[in-house]
Amino acid sequence: MVAHSSAARAAAPAEEPQGIELFLPAGYDIFWSAVVMAIIAAVFYKLVLPRMNAVLDERASLIEGGIAKAEEAQKQADEALAQQQQLLAEARADAAQVREEARAEGTAIIKDLKVKASEEAARITETARRQIEADRQAASVSLRTEVGALATDLASKIVGESLEDSARQSRVVDRFLDELEASQAVASNKEA
Amino acid sequence: MARPFRHLRRTRAGPNDHLGVLLSTHATSVILAATEGHEGEGGFHTPSISDFFPSAILFEGTIFQIDRLWIIRIIATLVLLSIFVIAARRAKVVPGRFQAGVEFLLSFVRVQIGEEIMGKERSRRFVPMLTTIFLSILAFNLTGVIPGLNLAGTSRIGLPLVLALWVFVTYWAVGIRKHGLGGYLRANLFPPGVPWPIYFILTPIELLQLLIIRPGSLMVRLVANMVAGHIILVLCFAATQFFVVDSAGTGLMIFGALTLPAGIFMTLFEVLVAFLQAYIFALLAAAYINMSLEEEH
Repeated sequence: MVAHSSAARAAAPAEEPQGIELFLPAGYDIFWSAVVMAIIAAVFYKLVLPRMNAVLDERASLIEGGIAKAEEAQKQADEALAQQQQLLAEARADAAQVREEARAEGTAIIKDLKVKASEEAARITETARRQIEADRQAASVSLRTEVGALATDLASKIVGESLEDSARQSRVVDRFLDELEASQAVASNKEA
Repeated sequence: MARPFRHLRRTRAGPNDHLGVLLSTHATSVILAATEGHEGEGGFHTPSISDFFPSAILFEGTIFQIDRLWIIRIIATLVLLSIFVIAARRAKVVPGRFQAGVEFLLSFVRVQIGEEIMGKERSRRFVPMLTTIFLSILAFNLTGVIPGLNLAGTSRIGLPLVLALWVFVTYWAVGIRKHGLGGYLRANLFPPGVPWPIYFILTPIELLQLLIIRPGSLMVRLVANMVAGHIILVLCFAATQFFVVDSAGTGLMIFGALTLPAGIFMTLFEVLVAFLQAYIFALLAAAYINMSLEEEH
């Protein structure tokens, strides 16, 4: 059939194949088709596809490698950030603690100083009070003697009478002083 | 095997044959007068089936006969291989535009045809075959719209037949290798879950499917599409030539305004058909192989 149709076609090439002949292949048609397809398939199987697949695989592995690298870098960055934040938090906590301690210490120092100062003040006050008391005693004693002599002199001069009798003299002086003290007490009461 | 094939072809070829005869008689009656004295490569000629059987150039009458269609096929082969060999040799990890285009085509076959139909694991074995089929059909289809070639390499039965036979042998081989001849035939001819009397009808149909309908429909669909496309294109442009050039100055020129856009539209349509037919062929090839690999239910 095939040989017949190709022979017929060779004899009269311009003759138009009718009907079913369109789908009946001539021998040469099949032969060359097989050759051409074999060449194309060989090139694609042996050269084009392996080469392209190798490139695609390489690209895929590169991309995967890149992604892995990026992920690694991201992880490291995250870790560093976390570490930094932890350090920062620790530093803040430390600072807060130090501040708290300092404040407590300061308060304690102030309190201590206040106590000391008030003690000092009390001590100074006490010393002064004692000094004043001592001075007052001394003044009182000297006053008593001096004022007695003066008053006696004065009185003897005024009265012209010598108060030689020491007992009397003493009595007179005591009375005078009592009166003086009484008048002073009245005066101080009034002042109060 | 020849008899059932012939039967199938007769039924499938009927409408196209009719179309071809109709177009050629119609065209001859309209245009014959105008074609007188008009010669030349790109010039006018009546669309007919003989377009697909040009005169032999070399080795006439032998099995090595070379004619114009064969020169077209060889050119398409060289262009296809050049593009992909250059792309493969220059392939870099970071692709340029050219490589990206080539990779787009390859990944289209791998993903949209292979993985879509067969799944990722199973398709890996068959991606080279599907790629070869898709790209060679695409290249041979596109010669139909390339000026100067103007004839699809797939528009004569030989090449589609070889491809269909390749698919046929492959799906039988993988089926038998996986299930054994008996298992493969049982799974395909006696599908389970069917009441037994149905097998009287079903089994012959399934056998016909396996042996004839699948490969036959693959090649006839492709050839018929390409033949019809070529005839329509020739008709559009031959009519334009006749109306605009040969009938210059007459009222017939106005029809050129209709036939020229129609020709341009059909050219674009043929580009679409070229892709579509390559896609369908490869898709069905993948589907047939996948059916042979399916586990028995």
